[in-house]
Amino acid sequence: MTATATILPNRTRRNLTIAKAMAEAIAQEMRRDDSVLVLGEDIAALGGVFGNTRGLLDEFGPARVRDTPISETGFIGAAVGMAAVGLRPVVELMFVDFFGVCMDAIYNLAAKNCYFSGGQSPVPLVLMTSVGGGYGDAGQHSQCLYGTFAHLPGMKVVVPSNAHDAKGLMIRAIRDDNPVIFMFHKALQGMGWLGTVQGSITDVPEDAYEIPFGQAAICRAGNDICIVSLGAGVHLALDAAQSLGEEGIAAEVVDLRTLVPLDRATIIASTAKTGRLLVVDEDYQSFGVSGEIIASVVESGVALKAPPRRIAFPDIPIPFSPALEHPALPSAAKIVATARQIVRAGR
Amino acid sequence: MRPSPKQWLWMYQTMVKSRIFEERIAAAYFEGKSPVFNMANGPIPGEMHLSNGQEPCAVGVCAHLDAGDFVTATHRPHHIAIAKGVDLDAMAAEIFGKATGLSGGRGGHMHIFDAAVNFCCSGIIAQGMGPAVGAATAFKLRNERRVAVSFIGEGAANQGAFHESLNLAAIWQAPVVIVIEDNAWGISVAKAQSTAVPQNDARAAAYGMPGHRVAGNDPEAIFAVAGAAIARARAGEGPSLIEIETHRLAGHFIGDAEGYRPKGEKEALTDPIPQLRAKLLGLGILDPTADRALTDEAEALVDRAISKARAAAYPVPEQAYEKVFA
Repeated sequence: MTATATILPNRTRRNLTIAKAMAEAIAQEMRRDDSVLVLGEDIAALGGVFGNTRGLLDEFGPARVRDTPISETGFIGAAVGMAAVGLRPVVELMFVDFFGVCMDAIYNLAAKNCYFSGGQSPVPLVLMTSVGGGYGDAGQHSQCLYGTFAHLPGMKVVVPSNAHDAKGLMIRAIRDDNPVIFMFHKALQGMGWLGTVQGSITDVPEDAYEIPFGQAAICRAGNDICIVSLGAGVHLALDAAQSLGEEGIAAEVVDLRTLVPLDRATIIASTAKTGRLLVVDEDYQSFGVSGEIIASVVESGVALKAPPRRIAFPDIPIPFSPALEHPALPSAAKIVATARQIVRAGR
Repeated sequence: MRPSPKQWLWMYQTMVKSRIFEERIAAAYFEGKSPVFNMANGPIPGEMHLSNGQEPCAVGVCAHLDAGDFVTATHRPHHIAIAKGVDLDAMAAEIFGKATGLSGGRGGHMHIFDAAVNFCCSGIIAQGMGPAVGAATAFKLRNERRVAVSFIGEGAANQGAFHESLNLAAIWQAPVVIVIEDNAWGISVAKAQSTAVPQNDARAAAYGMPGHRVAGNDPEAIFAVAGAAIARARAGEGPSLIEIETHRLAGHFIGDAEGYRPKGEKEALTDPIPQLRAKLLGLGILDPTADRALTDEAEALVDRAISKARAAAYPVPEQAYEKVFA
């Protein structure tokens, strides 16, 4: 893991889930800055369906931690107005799948007001939402939609893979003067009822710290192939890299951490070093993240030993039945098999 | 308007069937989920929203519908699906993610579709209303005496789609009835905390249509109010809005610890099934022997559906790629 410069040498390690790291980051910013407030569905007494606002109501009270009706068009529009006059709202919309009803407030207002106003009216707004499937919740509760938000100009897009990054990225997001879509993956969140990828639970420093946007992390170094991913895919890539290592293929794993801004330099440098690229993305395959990354590498002109490949979710709605969903999702086994093919093709 | 003895027995047995179905689903849902409760595991993964306590809404309304009438339901759909006549075997198989399911395992518990009886539902709050208005308008355009009913929860009444659809239903005079199942809770947020008026039927006035409130989760009162509204729609006299006081006897989904519910609130709720049984016994419409027979029959139907679902094959992975387009 990189970006740990803020960890003091002698402090005791403290492992947190992403949910707790997010709640801690928001609480620290609320203490530091009175203009920060939180709103959304089930975020007050319940502490968020995914636990990332737990404890905030007790400490900050109902004026700054506001449960909303199921009125997304209203409360996300309201958050844009709050941001216009100097507040820094942190808004939760439980599932990214639920954004359809309020996209105008997001992509036509929040994302464009800074530009329309010639920079006079920035929109310092954080929009948190859960993403990802694999637990049988079907096609209206399992999407990632990373590419949808990254595609639309004017929003920064954050996708943490672990608790350390989640805290630093959340603090950076709240301090940012722009709309930030903070997309946390359910498999990493640390809610018992969803299961948790253990690699997402990491040491998290107590102090407030920022992780700058647009800096990917190289979470495993290797010379044979560059595997680029984000969110839960990073852990699949790390598992695959471990297996590949055992058969003599040294994979480098790049965790994007933010999609907007995208750290193309790190991706291109890693691909230039290894000559091979594999992108792993749980979002739909076509017209999205994986295509953008491959295009960026190809456009850079780096010499490739083999054609770049991708493993993404096929262009179908996410099916309910585990018999249909699981084979369609990216997996460590798919990454191993594909990486092996790429390396053999390029020898 | 009061139910005939035949209607009473259908309503009672349908409530019992729905309850037994959900008890079996809940038991299956817990399989593979202990000692650690992980939603992804077991024969039924994902969220599971049970409707126990809300059965009177389904039977009181659907008693007035037939297969040609169009119904949209919510993320909590089982009681309404059963009352609307959705194929129980195929619904159970769908919930188990099997190839023999209504949608071949593509939809699951929150996306039950049975075109044969014009039933559908979705996991997106209030979004059944627009389609119900549209279907109703189509029936009107074609001079058919069919109606549409959209079931929503009280939390949905604060969505833009609620207000837009009511206005549209009114200006088009669509033969549609909007039924709010008011169980007082939108996940953890109480109705009083989320809603500007104590009763949503008051909102009907803003759209120039009749609004009704039914108290007490009472099947007879629901039957009467829904019957009048549906008859009105069928006669071409326009849309109505009904809000029914009902009870969420379980959590928002299985696994919800419900720490947000005030102490004693849930305990004070009454289960409508024993209540109706006592009433029908008192009226002489039901006797203990008939009760046993109706219950046994419902149980046998449910058990057959569940065991067929368990025994059915899973779809093969390639089937995930089918049906994306017509």
